[in-house]
Amino acid sequence: MFAALANPARFMAFSRWAAPILGVLGAGLVGYGLWLGLNAPPDYQQGETVKIMFIHVPAAWVSMMAYACLGGASFFSLVFRHALADAAARAVAPLGAIFTGIALVTGMLWGRPMWGAWWVWGDARLVSVLVLFLLFLGYMALRASIDDEAKGARAAEILALVGLINLPIIKYSVEWWNTLHQGESVMRAGGSALAPVYLTPLLLTGAGYSLAFGALWLARIRAEVWRRRATSLALRAALA
Amino acid sequence: MIETLKIEGLALQRGERILFRQLDLRAQAGEAVALVGSNGAGKTSLLRAVAGFIRPAEGRILFEDKDQAVPADDARRLGCHMLGHQDGLKTGRSARDELIFQARWTGGTAALALAAAERLGLTRLLDLEVRVLSAGQRRRLALARLIASPRPLWLLDEPLAPLDTASRALFGTLMAEHVAGGGIILAAVHDPLPIPVRTARVGAAPSGAEAVGP
Amino acid sequence: MSVVMVLLRRELSLAWARGGGALLAVGFFVAAAVMLPLSLGPTPARLAGVSSGVTWVVLSLASLLSLDRMFERDFEDGALDLLALGPLPLEIVSAIKCFAQWTVSGAPLALAAPVVAIGLGARMTVAPMIFAAAALGGLAFAFLGGTGAALALASRRGGVLIAVVVLPLLTPPVIFGGAAIANFNEGLPWVGALSLLAAYALGCVALTPFAMAGACRNAQS
Repeated sequence: MFAALANPARFMAFSRWAAPILGVLGAGLVGYGLWLGLNAPPDYQQGETVKIMFIHVPAAWVSMMAYACLGGASFFSLVFRHALADAAARAVAPLGAIFTGIALVTGMLWGRPMWGAWWVWGDARLVSVLVLFLLFLGYMALRASIDDEAKGARAAEILALVGLINLPIIKYSVEWWNTLHQGESVMRAGGSALAPVYLTPLLLTGAGYSLAFGALWLARIRAEVWRRRATSLALRAALA
Repeated sequence: MIETLKIEGLALQRGERILFRQLDLRAQAGEAVALVGSNGAGKTSLLRAVAGFIRPAEGRILFEDKDQAVPADDARRLGCHMLGHQDGLKTGRSARDELIFQARWTGGTAALALAAAERLGLTRLLDLEVRVLSAGQRRRLALARLIASPRPLWLLDEPLAPLDTASRALFGTLMAEHVAGGGIILAAVHDPLPIPVRTARVGAAPSGAEAVGP
Repeated sequence: MSVVMVLLRRELSLAWARGGGALLAVGFFVAAAVMLPLSLGPTPARLAGVSSGVTWVVLSLASLLSLDRMFERDFEDGALDLLALGPLPLEIVSAIKCFAQWTVSGAPLALAAPVVAIGLGARMTVAPMIFAAAALGGLAFAFLGGTGAALALASRRGGVLIAVVVLPLLTPPVIFGGAAIANFNEGLPWVGALSLLAAYALGCVALTPFAMAGACRNAQS
C-alpha cells in the first residue's frame, strides 16, 4: 500500500475520497463513544469528572501516534528522498502539537478536581506528554527558521529521528523519575482494570480519534502538495 | 591517484531551478580546465558537486586512476583540494597555526607548509593573527595550502579574485607546475587564467528554451 | 602526529577561544546560581533543600550556552568545507568537536559545580557525586547540544533555536543525574541512576555524530 501511495497522482486520487470517509467515520465513532461515555454511571471515587477521560486519554494516545508517524515519514523521506514523505512529515507536526495540546489542557482540567491543582508533577504520563509537546514545538521551530525549504526539510527530518530514538528513553526516564518521588500520584486511568462500562466508550473514542487524525493528516498532506504545486507554478511563471 | 575526472550527463538543480542539464566534461592528468559562463550559470555548483557537496540531479561524476575507478569518497577525501570564495581561515589564530593545520589535515607536513609559505612570500606574516591580514594576504595563505599538501585535483572558484598582478603571476607559475606534475585543475573563472587552459562552458541552454508559454 | 590529534588540537584551541571558552560558561553558571538565593531568600534550610537540584539544572543550561558557534563559525568562513575534504569522515570530525567542547567547557563546569552547590548550602559529602554527574552529564549535553548546533546551521537564528530544539531532548540526562545526586544526598542507592546517566552519555557519543554529520552535509549542499 505504501509503494502504491508513494506515487503523488495516485495518492491524490486516493486521499480525495479517503480523507472525507475517514473523517465521517472518525466523527461518528467519537460521537457514539462520547454519548456512551457521558451516559455511563459516575465513578464512585471521581464522580462525573472521570468522563474527561474520553477526551483526554485518546488525545494522549494519538499524540504519541503522531510522533511515531512523524518519525516514520521522516525516515522514508531521509532514506528514499521521497517528496510525498516529506510533505507528510511537515503536515503531521502541527497536528501532533494540537493533539498534545488537547491532552495537556484536558489533563489539567481533570487534575483540578482530582488533585486540587491544575498541574501535578506526580503524574508521569502527563509530564511525558508535556515533553512530547516541546518536541513538536522544537521540530516546528527548526523547520520554520530555515529559509531554504529543502534544507529545512532535511534538518527537520534528522531532528525527528533523533527525537524518535529519544522518545522511549524520555518516557522511561520520566516514569522512572516518578517512581522515585512516589506519594503524590494517586490517579490510575486507562489501565486494564477499567470497568467495561468505561472501557468500551474509551476504545470507541480512541478509534474515532485515530480515524479523525488520519483524515486530518491526509487533508493536510493534500494541502501541502497543492501548496508546493502553486509555488512551483508561480516560480515557473516568474522565470518565463 | 586521480588520472581522470569524468563528468557524464550531469544535471544540477538548486531548489526548483535546474542550473544545467547534460553536461559532459573530461579532464586528464596534466590538464587545466577553465569553466566559463555567466553569473548564476552554475560554475560554483559544478565545483561543489565534484567535491561531493551537492548531489547531482542526473548523471555521474567519476574519478579514475589509470583506467581503474577510484571510489568517489576516497578521491574527495584524499585527492582533492577545494578553494572556494572563502578562505576557511580562523581569524583568531596565527597564520602559522592555520597554515600548518590545513596542510596536515589534507595530508601535508609542517615543513611543506613552511616551504609553501616561503614560496608565496608569507614567511614574515606567519606570526600574525589572520584577522590583521589583508584579503590578498589571506588568499595567498589559502593558496599556500594547495602546494603544502600534494593532492592531484584542484577545484578553484575564482582563485584570482583578490590577488594583485604579481601574485597572479606567481599563482600562474604554481598552477603550471601542478599541471606539469600530472595534476588536474578545474577552475571557475571570469578573468582568463595565466596558463594555457581548455575552456568549458557551463550554463543552461539559451534562455527561453525551457520556459513555458510564448 | 595523527590527523585525529591535529584536529583535536585545533578544536581545543578554537573552543577555548570561542566566546572566552571556559570563563564564559563558568561565569554564566556562577552568576545564574547567585540569582537563586536572591530570588528565594537567604534562609539556609530552604536553600539547602534545593541547592543540588538547582546546581544541576543551571549546569545543563550553562553547557548549552557556548554551543551555538560550534559549527556555525566553521560553516560561515568555509572551514567546514575544508574539514569535509579531509581524511576523516564528518562523523568523526563532529565527535572530535564535541569532545573538545566538553573538555573546554564541560570539564571546568564539572569542577565548578560542587563549589556552587556547597555555596548554596549542599553538604560537603555530596561534592564528589555532583562532580561525577556533571562530568558524565556534560558529555551528553555537549553531544546533544552539538546536534542542535549542527541542525541550526542552515537557519539564521542560532542560540535560542538550539535551546528550544535541544532542551526537551535533555530530559533523560537531567532526570538521571538529578536522581543520582538526590539519592546520594539522602543515603539511598545511587549506582543505578549514575549508571543510567553514563549509559545515556555513551549512547549520545555513539549515535549523535551521525546526526551531526548529516546536518552538516545538509547545510553544505
